[in-house]
Amino acid sequence: MGRKLLLDKAHIEGIRYYDVYRKNGGYAAAEKALKSMSPDLVTEEVKKSGLRGRGGAGFPTGLKWSFLAKPEGVPRYLVCNADESEPGTFKDRYLMEFLPHLLIEGLLISSFALGANRTYIYIRGEYAWIPDILEEAIREAHKNGWLGKNIQGTGFDLEIYVQRGAGAYICGEETALIESLEGKRGNPRIKPPFPAVKGLWQCPTVVNNVETLAAVVPIINIGGDEYVKIGIGKSTGTKLISACGNINKPGVYEIDMTISVEEFIYSDEYCGGIPNGKRLKACIPGGSSVPILPANLLLKTAKGEPRMMTYESLNDGGFATGSMMGSGGFIVFDEDQCVVRHTLSLARFYHHESCGQCSPCREGTGWMERVLKNIENGKGKMSDIDLLWDIQRKIEGNTICPLGDAAAWPVAAAIRHFRDEFEWHVRNPEEALKRNFGLAHYADPLPVVAAAAV
Amino acid sequence: MAVQFSEEKLNKVKEIIARYPEGKQKSALIPVLHLAQESFGGWLSAETMDYVASLLQLTSIEVYEVATFYSMYNLKPVGKYLFEVCQTGPCMLRGSDDIIAYIREKLNIGVGETTTDGLFTLKTVECLGACGYAPMMQLGKHFREHLTKAKVDEIIAECRREANN
Ligand SMILES: Cc1cc2nc3c(=O)[nH]c(=O)nc-3n(C[C@H](O)[C@H](O)[C@H](O)COP(=O)(O)O)c2cc1C
Ligand code: SF4
Ligand code: FES
Repeated sequence: MGRKLLLDKAHIEGIRYYDVYRKNGGYAAAEKALKSMSPDLVTEEVKKSGLRGRGGAGFPTGLKWSFLAKPEGVPRYLVCNADESEPGTFKDRYLMEFLPHLLIEGLLISSFALGANRTYIYIRGEYAWIPDILEEAIREAHKNGWLGKNIQGTGFDLEIYVQRGAGAYICGEETALIESLEGKRGNPRIKPPFPAVKGLWQCPTVVNNVETLAAVVPIINIGGDEYVKIGIGKSTGTKLISACGNINKPGVYEIDMTISVEEFIYSDEYCGGIPNGKRLKACIPGGSSVPILPANLLLKTAKGEPRMMTYESLNDGGFATGSMMGSGGFIVFDEDQCVVRHTLSLARFYHHESCGQCSPCREGTGWMERVLKNIENGKGKMSDIDLLWDIQRKIEGNTICPLGDAAAWPVAAAIRHFRDEFEWHVRNPEEALKRNFGLAHYADPLPVVAAAAV
Repeated sequence: MAVQFSEEKLNKVKEIIARYPEGKQKSALIPVLHLAQESFGGWLSAETMDYVASLLQLTSIEVYEVATFYSMYNLKPVGKYLFEVCQTGPCMLRGSDDIIAYIREKLNIGVGETTTDGLFTLKTVECLGACGYAPMMQLGKHFREHLTKAKVDEIIAECRREANN
């Protein structure tokens, strides 16, 4: 069994409530940080831990904190990103529903490190029942002296507020989130200035994912040096993976980043294999924005090594033959699934979610959706496949925020690895409406090019 | 019906405004629009939006701009029970298309339509963060997960029973 740092107590009856959480070691990290460490020391510990942002980009958290501007007399803010809208991702929801005090404790320690006295949790509006759970935990923390004025007699003040969004994937992008928190449309801002300098109400702001902030608690408890020892290389600590699609046991799993993708999919401790005796066709390992991989490239890298559940290994081969850890949304396809149809669904999603500020994203996402719809419905031409490739290339890198790239990558990867399937749709329009292309050769072992002697 | 929050809801509005620093009450707009939608029939009429604008000392256009951006605000009346069924990729892999087709057939409406008795509206939505429990839909404040045809039947019956009481 892998080591667990976040969900180790998730199954304790009543852990959602303060008394049980406290009895099981809760708020020990907050006590340690506030009473025996300076804010800079906390940041130093997070740096040492190698913790990387769990929202998708994987940026080192301690480094991000050290960029926060600290002008005299200007308030600083911490905002917890609980927008969680990347298709395939549902891990933050699990943390907030079952371990609200873990998040509150993480927010307390992080706010202390950053010198923030007012912290917001921005949660997607559809998680409509979760604010009640969080607000109850906040009330309990207040009652027990972990929030409010002069916390535990240390002189540190903090209030935490929950803000609901109202249905917009783009509000997960940090500057769009800030705009939304200011009561506006969720249009991403042009950077620079970065939020670390001018964020919420033009004040220095750090935006971090729910899981990132929760991970600060075990880091303070066991120390950064100990945290680094878990995992491989720059993939330190544990990561929550939300697994879905065609697997026997969909759900949220905490892994220490030392296991292989194959073990994650087939072992009974995690996904438990593919149902109904079907075979694995493909997988999107890190949320809808990251490249889809056929089974053969998913389980082994192009070099023929086993692919591991780490940031580096999932990215091995770059976009040519690899993918990304992303948000940890792990979407599995069995042999009956149609890649063209799924790509169309994602294209529709990104078209729907584009904020419309930049023309390559606004127009390009709609265009990709229409072309894919034609191909999927037996009305495509061979030239449409090249057209799609062309459109996605023109979006990538030409927009204000990364949603443009996020819309382009899934289309590019689908064509790169599943071109046969697109061509089959064009050549067999009637069949494409009735049945799928199937597994084809996507699970066949790849010929490994013998490493050239150097 | 004049649009006017109850005393209790007005206090809630005050409480929301107090979450932000002095002078930043525009931040209250999204939460107050949620409150307004819940309080005034499940949708936002122009009258409701103007009322919210006056409460927060904003211009009407500032409110319309926001209300039209976010997909959870209904700008047209909806049925008493709004079925918001997720249609995104991961749900599709687990059969959401069949569930949507089944609901359409059962209620005899298309996507975006309301039954003639005003009870049900069917909407398709994008990923709600329940992909592991697919297929699923949102009904009011909560999610209904692991949907099957039998479960859909149950949910419809449950709504009808509640509406008749
Ligand atoms: C279109 C888009 C959507 C995003 N959605 C989320 C999200 O739902 N949750 C999240 O934590 N980060 C999301 N991000 C990443 C955030 O912009 C930001 O990098 C992150 O919150 C930083 O926190 P971290 O360093 O702790 O990961 C999104 C980014 C983009 C471009
Ligand atoms: S890339 Fe798309 S979502 Fe991002 S700012 Fe431009 S139009 Fe908006
Ligand atoms: S795809 Fe339906 S809930 Fe995520």
